[in-house]
Amino acid sequence: MSDVLVGTTLPPQTFRVTRFDLVRYAGASGDFNLIHWNERFARAVGLPDVIAHGMFTMAEAARVVTDWLGDPGRLEEYAVRFTRPVPVADDDAGSVIEVSGEVTELLEGGRAKVMLTATYEGQKVLGNAWAIVRLP
Amino acid sequence: MGRTYPPTGAYVVGREKVREFATAIGDANPAYHDLAAARSLGYSDVVAPPTFAFVIAYAGSSQAAMDPELGLDYSRVVHGEQRFSYSRPIVAGDALVATATIEAIRAVAGNDILTTRVDLTTEAGEHVVTTTTVIVARGTAEESA
Repeated sequence: MSDVLVGTTLPPQTFRVTRFDLVRYAGASGDFNLIHWNERFARAVGLPDVIAHGMFTMAEAARVVTDWLGDPGRLEEYAVRFTRPVPVADDDAGSVIEVSGEVTELLEGGRAKVMLTATYEGQKVLGNAWAIVRLP
Repeated sequence: MGRTYPPTGAYVVGREKVREFATAIGDANPAYHDLAAARSLGYSDVVAPPTFAFVIAYAGSSQAAMDPELGLDYSRVVHGEQRFSYSRPIVAGDALVATATIEAIRAVAGNDILTTRVDLTTEAGEHVVTTTTVIVARGTAEESA
């Protein structure tokens, strides 16, 4: 990746999340918070619907970086702010999260900073999402 | 502030748990699933996806967030920010100890904002990853009462 420059874009990806994904993620992560699978509870606390785990969205967004790197161990730092929940309706279509990334800085030691953008229905669901990577 | 909680017992990272987590996030990266692929990258076993560190840190940060002396209403807590700083990726076979520290707690516009750092190290003390979690407890700060 000696050809990586500031402004280099990472291949964008879309991720579909359904209720099935949330239940499976709850089991794998141990995060059984009711707002992620119980619609009755989610609405009772003022949410529009069941919402995806923030950590699920963060995991999907990371894939744009790790798929680009190949070796996931080249990720040195990764940070996001959760700015907006992703509601997930009880249907087969699910909710689609779109993630793109761009190199914004080249750092010493063959490292680079990548800024990520994650949106749902055109609105950002992650704010100030960035990663520091060691370029291959 | 700066309160550090006692280290947890070691969390032993299982190969099937790594695969289960990678499958749950829909990630087919061979390094997460295939031993030979992970070894060809120089790892001793399958690699855990980057955010898996949160699964281990979760118990540690919950311990801090649930501290009655902090007086947080955990039923109104949302995850505000998350950061990971890796020395190396977690791999199956790691036995990791979590040490949680309260980095900051402040009241903003009636919300309590709590920043917790969890350091994951091997039992021998090698740093693997630090997770920093910001949680927001809505409408719980005293000034809002």
